[in-house]
Amino acid sequence: MTASAIAAAVAARKLSAVEAADAALARIAARDGVLNAFTDVTAERARAKARAVDADIAAGKPVGPLAGVPFAVKNLFDVAGLPTRAGSRINRDRTPASRDATLIERMEAAGAVLVGALNMGEYAYDFTGENVHDGPSRNPHDPTRMSGGSSGGSGSAVGGGLVPVALGSDTNGSIRVPSSFCGIFGLKPTYGRLSRARSFPFVMSLDHLGPFARSVEDLALAYDAMQGPDPDDAACTARGPEPVSNLLSQGLGDLRIAIAGGHFQKNLFPEAAEAVSQVATALKLTQVIDVPEAARARAAAYVISTTEGASLHLDRLRQRPQDFDPAVRDRLIAGAMIPAPMVDRAQKFRRWYRAQVLELFKSVDVLIAPATPCIAPKLGQATFVLDGVELPVRANIGIHTQPISFIGLPVVAVPIPLEPMPIGVQIIAAPWCEHVALRVAHALQQLGVAAAPAPRGVLENGSRSA
Amino acid sequence: MAVPSDRDWDDYIDAVGRALGLPIEDAWRPAIRANLAVSLKMARLVDEFSLPDEAEPASVFTA
Repeated sequence: MTASAIAAAVAARKLSAVEAADAALARIAARDGVLNAFTDVTAERARAKARAVDADIAAGKPVGPLAGVPFAVKNLFDVAGLPTRAGSRINRDRTPASRDATLIERMEAAGAVLVGALNMGEYAYDFTGENVHDGPSRNPHDPTRMSGGSSGGSGSAVGGGLVPVALGSDTNGSIRVPSSFCGIFGLKPTYGRLSRARSFPFVMSLDHLGPFARSVEDLALAYDAMQGPDPDDAACTARGPEPVSNLLSQGLGDLRIAIAGGHFQKNLFPEAAEAVSQVATALKLTQVIDVPEAARARAAAYVISTTEGASLHLDRLRQRPQDFDPAVRDRLIAGAMIPAPMVDRAQKFRRWYRAQVLELFKSVDVLIAPATPCIAPKLGQATFVLDGVELPVRANIGIHTQPISFIGLPVVAVPIPLEPMPIGVQIIAAPWCEHVALRVAHALQQLGVAAAPAPRGVLENGSRSA
Repeated sequence: MAVPSDRDWDDYIDAVGRALGLPIEDAWRPAIRANLAVSLKMARLVDEFSLPDEAEPASVFTA
């Protein structure tokens, strides 16, 4: 069931919140042995919260728009009573969180029921969904493939139908990449739109939080529940909530939509080009707009990420280098050694690039670009061959997402259900125009072009399908 | 100027590692060197793009 359907059934007393929670817990028990999406299942907490929702309904109290909807969060969100591991071994030694992250509090205030915390790449410095400490989260359409990172468990849990909604983070693509690989919808809002309070950071100047779902309606429902200022996050906007759920059905209207050219039409496998082409055909797009210096923007995002990440983890690199995933450690140590003027230049380039792209948004409302250059690679795959050149997988999965999050633009990743594997397309709007991107995503869903395919990689008894 | 050799990079890694108080084992060095090469390639791509002296960084402190 979708989140919207569960909330409607719970509010109408056709389904109890406890039944909805138990059903989610049963799906997790049946399928997570294969998917490895969850690192913590908070069953007792979930049943207690669900009972409270049912009690409110029985008492005739008003319930929120997510009444009884089970959800889960990437394990970099603080969950009261759990150490916030952020995919690492080191953070397991932290004192358990005393309070939930702001976004969990807002989801639960709307009636949603947290059922657990989700696997992720160590410290979110990852595009694969693999984790040396917890094992990889697996792709729900083919468990021999990556879920995508770093919010791999979020992609796997929603793609695998364990929960209708999950939350994740996106610094360089970590919501959009798992959405693409796992065949689901993901929203990376405008930088500063959703509070990051009480979540473990990676790159403060690039970190975003956002939802995953199997439909645009569910994505909007979760997003609306989480909006609003928060003094506990210095980067969070002072703008009040700007709900989008009631705007989805407005259709395309006179929106000006173009295909992102240049960098976004290079380094693509045929399936990524096919997915963009299907969207372009459905929306009757002909205009291609070059995004100036997008490749350099990706490079600047890379520099800022590796250096800010190194700064964040410097003491841990000094004191517990053996306890890191070696691949993450060696990347962070290298990041600590980048000369400071290079970082300052990357931040100056960021402002220049932002001005160029904002100028571009005067003539268009939406840009269409691939979410990933390829479908989900095989777990452990180190390289792929693109345009005759062998390239490392890890570093190149995010080439089309990084130039967008670099300047905080809102993006909906929509799943295009190609065979044998789905792949995502980015619907990109101007800052603070999430509603525009969501309207286009909704239109593509109505046209049947974008859809979250049913998981084929897991059977109910928990064994792998052939 | 001559392109730095692996030996040059190892010296750089040792020197900066000492300056930052980072313990670095020999076995990690090839991976660190490879990551440094990629990161500096990215940094050079940004570096070679000319911006005016008045360019403000994206991160501006607001009092």
